[in-house]
Order: sequence, then C-alpha cells, then structure tokens
Amino acid sequence: MADPQSNPVAYVSGRAATQGRVSGLHARFMLFAPYRWFHGMLSRTGLSSRTLVIMVPYLWLLMFFLAPFLIVLKISFSEVLIARPPYSALFEMVDDTYLQLRLNLENYLLLLEDDLYWKAYLSSIRIAAISTLITLLVGYPIAYAMARAPRQWRLTLLMAVILPFWTSFLIRVYAWIGILKKEGLMNLFLMKIGLIEQPLTLLNTDIAVFIGIVYSYLPFMVLPLYANLEKMDESLLEAASDLGCKPLKAFWKITLPLSIPGIVAGCFLVFIPAVGEFVIPDLLGGSDTLMIGKTLWAEFFNNRDWPLSSAVAVLLLLLLIVPIMIFQRVQQKQGGVG
Amino acid sequence: MNRGFTWFNGVSLVLGFGFLYLPILLLIVYSFNESKLVTVWAGFSTKWYGALLENQGLLDAAWVTFRVAFVSSTVATILGLVAGLMLSRFGAFRGRVLFSGMIYAPLVMPEVITGLSLLLMFVAISFDRGFVTVTIAHITFSMCYVAVVVQSRLISFDRSIEEAAMDLGCPPGRTFLLITLPVIMPAIVSGWLLSFTLSLDDLVIASFTTGPGATTLPMKIYSQVRLGVTPEINAVSTILVGIVAVGVVIASVLAKRDEARRAQDERLAAAAP
Repeated sequence: MADPQSNPVAYVSGRAATQGRVSGLHARFMLFAPYRWFHGMLSRTGLSSRTLVIMVPYLWLLMFFLAPFLIVLKISFSEVLIARPPYSALFEMVDDTYLQLRLNLENYLLLLEDDLYWKAYLSSIRIAAISTLITLLVGYPIAYAMARAPRQWRLTLLMAVILPFWTSFLIRVYAWIGILKKEGLMNLFLMKIGLIEQPLTLLNTDIAVFIGIVYSYLPFMVLPLYANLEKMDESLLEAASDLGCKPLKAFWKITLPLSIPGIVAGCFLVFIPAVGEFVIPDLLGGSDTLMIGKTLWAEFFNNRDWPLSSAVAVLLLLLLIVPIMIFQRVQQKQGGVG
Repeated sequence: MNRGFTWFNGVSLVLGFGFLYLPILLLIVYSFNESKLVTVWAGFSTKWYGALLENQGLLDAAWVTFRVAFVSSTVATILGLVAGLMLSRFGAFRGRVLFSGMIYAPLVMPEVITGLSLLLMFVAISFDRGFVTVTIAHITFSMCYVAVVVQSRLISFDRSIEEAAMDLGCPPGRTFLLITLPVIMPAIVSGWLLSFTLSLDDLVIASFTTGPGATTLPMKIYSQVRLGVTPEINAVSTILVGIVAVGVVIASVLAKRDEARRAQDERLAAAAP
C-alpha cells in the first residue's frame, strides 16, 4: 500500500480496492434466488435498499416503543380478570354482527378516589423536587471548582465524574445500605467521633431516599453545569473586580445568572428520572415512603392488577410529559440537541 | 475560566469526589472482609470470591446477563448508527418528528413504564418471555443512546472532507466507509460500551420482560439485597465495578490515542504541498 503522506490519492484508491468487496458481495448474492427476488421486489416498489436500511430502526421503534404504549393505554381501560391474560378485551364481537367497544373507566376513577395513589403521585414529586434541590446545592460547588481547576486537570476531573455513571446503579444504591443501616458505617463513625450516643435510624427513611437520589444523579447535575461554567467569559469577572466588585457579589451578580441554562438543564435531568424512580425508594426507603414507581411495581408484581398498573403508568406519563416538553423546548432554544 | 483556584474550590472537589467514591471504595474493602458481618472488620480474606464460584445460580445469571448485554449492545449499535445518521443527515423526511421523538423519549422515560409496556405487548402477541424478550427490550432503549451519541459526533463533523472525497470521484457509499465511518468510530465504540453497561446494569426492565430461565445478574443481586447485605454480594459488585472500570480506562486510552493520531494526520495533511 502506498505511503499515505506522499500520495493521498493512491492511498485512498488502494484502500478503496480492498473495500470494493461490498459491491462484489452484492454480485455474489445475486446468484441466490431469494436475494434476487427480494432485490427485484424492492426495485419494483421503488424502495431502494437504502430506504430499507433506514426503515429498520424506524420500524423497530414503532414496534417496540410506540405500539407497547398504545397497548398500555388500551389495557388501562379494561377490567381485571382472573384469566390469561388477566384483563378483559376492549373490543368484543356481539352476536357476530357488530363490534362492541367496552371502555372501562373504573381504573382511573379508583386512582382519583383512593387517596393512596394521589399521595403516591404527590410524594414522588415532593421527593424528586427536594432531591433535585439538594443535588443542585451539592453539584454546583463541584462543577464550579472543576471549571476553575487548572486546564490540565479538567479532563481527568471530568472522567472522574463520569466514571460512577458507568458503574452499576443497583450496586451504588446497595453500597449505601451498608453505610446507612443501624449498625452501619455511618452510625459507627458518628458514635466514634462522639457526635451521637445512640445509633440513628437512617435506612428506610426519606432521608436515605434523598441521599440515594443525590448520590445516583449527581453526575447528571455536574456535567451540564460544568459545560456551562467552563465556557463562561472570564473578562466579565475581571471587569467586575476592576470596578471594585467583591468576588462574592460578582458571583451572585454575574456567574450565577449566566449559569442558569446549566442549572435548568441539570435540574430537569435529575428531576424527570427521579419522579419515576423505583430502585432507590424500594431499597433505601421505608414502607411508608410512597413513590409512584414503587406503587406501579407493587400493583403489577404483588397484586397482579395489570389494568390498574397500566392506568398508573398512563397517569405517570401524563405527569412527566409537561416537564419533558419544557425541557425539550429549553434545549432547542439553546441550540442543543432535541 | 481560570481565575485563581481558591481553597473553597479545593474543598468542594475533595468533598464532592469523596462523596462519589467513598461508598464504592467501602464496598470493595468489605468484600475482602473475613467476617460475615459486613460492618465488622475481621481481617483480610478472599473467601467470598471463592464462595461465588460455587454459587451456580449466580454464575448462570451472570452468563445470561453477559449474553444479553453482548447481543443487545451489538444490535443496538447498528440500529443506533443508522438512526443517528438519519437524524443528522436525512433532513426533513416523512415522519421525522415522530422518529426523533421516539429516539429521545426512551432516554427520559421511567423504566417502570418502558418495562411494563414492553411486557404487555409481548403478552398481547403471546410471545414467550425469556432471553429474547429481555434482549429486544435492551436493544430498544440502548439504540436510542447510541443514536444520540452518534448524532452529536456527526454534528461536530466537518462535512467538507466528505465533499472533497466525492469531488475526487469517490462514490457516496465508499465515502461513507472510508471517511465518515472512521471519523465517527470513537462515537460508535463508546455507544457500544454504553449499551453494554446499560444492559449489564438494568434491573427494572429486565424484571418485567424476563421469563423462566432468564434471570439476569441484577435481578439475582436485587433479590438477595432485599434480604440484607452479604459479603458475597459485595464480592460480585466488586467484580462488576472492576470490569466496568477496566473497560472505561481502555476505552479512554484508545480514544486518546485515536485523537492524537488524527491530530497528527491533520498536521501532516496541512503541511503537505
């Protein structure tokens, strides 16, 4: 093969010769009848093989993402039955003449009447909102320090923030059980330094859930904040200090307002998944920690009420669609992806 | 922004990273604990790792998880690559809004909803649940992550290189293989790794979509964790954390080398007469 530097054209065409087997493969496949038939079908319908390749992810998502939702919606309007599958049919042939549609609104009525579900929705929002606020308060100083760190450290610091995100969520939550339980490391430590005399009940409380969410979602807060703070124009702060502005006031008047897009992005990235969280409230929270993800799980796996859990899912989705839409809009306005 | 790194910044970094890493480090340390009691240190031992090798249920679950992760991340990378290309290159095709909505929605969708909806669909078409259904579920959410990673790489990609190749007579398909694919390769690799770890990690969606004989490792860990903390689970966790850490380090070293080589190529190309 030619030396790429001395003769780029020869290099490319040399590489191209080895890549030429793609069309060679097509020629060889044309010997097989099914491929030939398929190819003929495609050219007759006017669909190129390119279009076909493109169709695959589209069809996949239609089949395994959109269609399942419609099914959830459908089942949420049906009645629970002790049968296989455990729900009634929405459409039924009556006397073989006309199709009857039976919409059963009972599941939704139950969700509205039984205050257990209301409480679970409200408590999910409350827990997610408080945790998001704590995550912001914890994450901001970290992102700020990362953005101010010497340039040669930044990539390493960034990697260090991302790395926990790659390790198992379940394991990270599990690690806190050993720390927070009654005879756990936290109580051991606090008693050793003499701060408390009796071990505190930390596990199976809302506090443990807050800690779990803050810990698990901290990278989601730090990354957008860091991306925002890192781009900030330093000369603004210099100008402020030249004009006699104290650093703390300059932070309050300049840095903080300019970082609002990062704050908004981080808060949404923490809040939205936290509302529907299941693992954290289940493992760290107590039996009285109500969260809607946990309720859905219990309805489905423990009570086997598929229609009701579908209705819970539909309402959870409706609850989340507002923040998701706002987030999309904000991201698009900032020229981000979306 | 690099005006004076204050003591406050230093303290926030130390505390922040301490908070992020201490729990995992403690977990790793106590996996080498002699005592069955997780919080009492009774000397160094690797006996819990030995016990793992005799736990057939756990080994089976690990094997299932690994196969699901491998197949799903590979298929998801291919589908996600095509989806990413569609989003960034195909302009306004019919149904684009729906498509990009379907790509972004699974990223923010609560797992309980994704899991429940997939399960109900598999039941509705009376498809037997097991290895295949878990893999399909994992492909579905992983491909969206890959698509986003690939798309963001393609957005920052200088299209004039492609145009130059085509001006020199390179057909579009070959241009894609020779120019575009190598350039977005780091995104493809990190997309695959991301899919792999997401699949390795998933508890909720797998619990909904699995069937008999296809218990994954997170499901196994979850059912034991509910009964309490055991050093055996600490040992499994340590191994998983170790695999991920090694994988991430290798990936970042490869990415760095690739970056350096590309920078060198570009310098040489600029210097060429």
